[in-house]
Amino acid sequence: MSRPEGIQLMEGNHACAWGAIDAGARFYAGYPITPSSEIAEVCARELPAYGGTYIQMEDEIGSIAAIIGASLSGKKSFTATSGPGFSLMQENLGVGIYQEVPCVVVNIQRVGPATGLATQPAQADVMQARWGTHGDHPIIAISPASVQEMYDFTIRAFNLSERFRIPVILLGDQVVGQTYENIALPDPGSLEIVERKKPTVPPEEYLPYQPDENLVPPMAAYGDKHILHASSTCHCETGYSNFKYGTNRQLLNRLKNKIYNYLDEIIDVEYFGPEKAEVTLVSFGSASRVCKYVVGLAEKEGIKVNLLRLISIWPFPDREVQEALAKTGACVVAEMNQGQVINEVNRVNTTNTPVHLASGIDGELIRPEIIMASIREAVK
Amino acid sequence: MAVKLNYREYFKEEALPLMWCAGCGNGILLRAITDALADLEIPPHQVVVSTGIGCWGKADDYMTTHAFHGSHGRALAFATGIKLGNPDLHVIALMGDGDALAIGGNHFIHAARRNIDITAIISNNFTYGMTGGQYSPTTPLSYKTTTSPVGVAEPAFDVCGLAEECGANYVARSTVYHVTQLKRFIAAAIQKKGFNVVEAINTCPTHFGRRNIPGDTVEMMKYIKDIGMPRSRFEKLDEEEKNKYLLTGELVNRERPDFLSVYREINPAASESGRGEGK
Amino acid sequence: MNKTDKEVKIHIDEALCKRCGFCIEFCNTKVYEADQDGLPLIKNLEECTNCRLCELRCPDFAIRVEVVNNE
Repeated sequence: MSRPEGIQLMEGNHACAWGAIDAGARFYAGYPITPSSEIAEVCARELPAYGGTYIQMEDEIGSIAAIIGASLSGKKSFTATSGPGFSLMQENLGVGIYQEVPCVVVNIQRVGPATGLATQPAQADVMQARWGTHGDHPIIAISPASVQEMYDFTIRAFNLSERFRIPVILLGDQVVGQTYENIALPDPGSLEIVERKKPTVPPEEYLPYQPDENLVPPMAAYGDKHILHASSTCHCETGYSNFKYGTNRQLLNRLKNKIYNYLDEIIDVEYFGPEKAEVTLVSFGSASRVCKYVVGLAEKEGIKVNLLRLISIWPFPDREVQEALAKTGACVVAEMNQGQVINEVNRVNTTNTPVHLASGIDGELIRPEIIMASIREAVK
Repeated sequence: MAVKLNYREYFKEEALPLMWCAGCGNGILLRAITDALADLEIPPHQVVVSTGIGCWGKADDYMTTHAFHGSHGRALAFATGIKLGNPDLHVIALMGDGDALAIGGNHFIHAARRNIDITAIISNNFTYGMTGGQYSPTTPLSYKTTTSPVGVAEPAFDVCGLAEECGANYVARSTVYHVTQLKRFIAAAIQKKGFNVVEAINTCPTHFGRRNIPGDTVEMMKYIKDIGMPRSRFEKLDEEEKNKYLLTGELVNRERPDFLSVYREINPAASESGRGEGK
Repeated sequence: MNKTDKEVKIHIDEALCKRCGFCIEFCNTKVYEADQDGLPLIKNLEECTNCRLCELRCPDFAIRVEVVNNE
């Protein structure tokens, strides 16, 4: 099967796989798990034609380990999973962050905890995406809300991971993963693709963790004459372990500032609806699709509502949310969990704007009525 | 390059002294590996060591080849990706007995089953040394450790037997006493395609030795020298006696195709080049 | 015994040596003896056969056996 072209009716997971391939992914290691397995299946079928490799590892721990290894060998790599697998991946996600390895981890969220409801959607892994792995660390997570975005944002995720040398989480859910929609597939040659910075100094001068001005170290690959020493122990610019006082602080701060000093390249939101409103919805992923519909419903009831859709979830769009809260009468956070993004919204709520939760935890796309009920509550 | 390679090409001399205890055989094993690489004349930049966690897992601190030091038990999983990302590499996983066989057991089994072209060098000192001397899956029954103060209640894994059963192409066992043989097995394992395992019976005088082997470092080394037994003598023992010794030698040497060879045969469109470009 | 014609020099790095005793104990021709600290002292250099097992069995890279005259 060759790459589909033009306008195609496609499942979200398939769009994600094609986005990865078009972004240059040539290695997939994964473990089947509902509702993400189609991503693995497309990669298994398509990667060989691109000179790539698919391997089904024995578990999710092995999967994320393998994609980290392959990336260090120079191949763009990714994996896809859902809650239980994402939990298993946490330790090695930390390894990837610490060693600054570009790769993409797709989480097609489903109801948890534990086995939960395998075929049914939720958005309850938001906090886990931020803090699932132990220790101080940053992370980048972006949230598609449509099949088109499953394609577009997968490419964006790869570009961000290459630019910032960090694993990027694509925080999807069962709805965007397994819904079919028409999408427009561009000519892959027209895409803007970011590649990791390579060393410019001669091999004998290369220090694998010596950063450039933008705090990102140029990245050699295994097999290069520039020797790459990647360690999960606290390390200095040589890559070797270093226990000297000050090294840990320096490393952790650089890893954090590498991301937080360049938020303008990462943060992305969408504004929908009238500029001024009585109630501002804050939402992301498939729940935000319902919010767009609810804007119209609310107008029929005479309530002016707009939507701030979060595209990048982590780092959290502090300024954008704070400004939206300042401009509105009340806020309703619509999410398919018991309240995770709402805590971040409250954190930046310097204007003490009333914030309400519309919580969809019924194992289905959040119903408009749940959001409407919270809106009515907010305008009382 | 006309000059013959020397172990120092692969060894980070500036990092001496080694962090390991007096009488720990990890340094001996490291010398055997770097000597083997020099004998094989593999350029250092074509070698990646993927190490686990534990005393032996810190071997990467002393190597000048490419290196990966990851999470406990996962050296083979990372190594799998490293190898498949660039099949021209010589990928060598360095794991202790606990790293490879306890937490890493699943990856060990599947790496062998797939026959992925990786060399695994397992330092087996019958204990979790770095964490203070707890028992591991290879601690012999009834031996004393910090978490089996009156004796281990579990029988030990046969590392080589497991590797053989799961499909490894080459399986050999030696000890850090038998250095010539050890180097020879390591060189053979690195050279051969497929999943190749060398188990090096090793000394841990500080933990295992102190609680189980009367005497000092020399007695610990004599102990492992004696329990490693070649087939000619091993076969003459009765079943009960066999349990007290470990069979040394090249135990398995077969020619099953490695994972990537099979994958490429079945998926003929895969390119021959080690590293694909972005598009 | 099987002495060679080669002149052998043995270098011992006292700072690296951890006094494990392997070289002293396992030398087949008893080249070494221990000082009170456990450091190997070269007692019988003329007995050295250049087998280099002491160097290979030293866990700390503290011994170097060097052949001086190649004949």
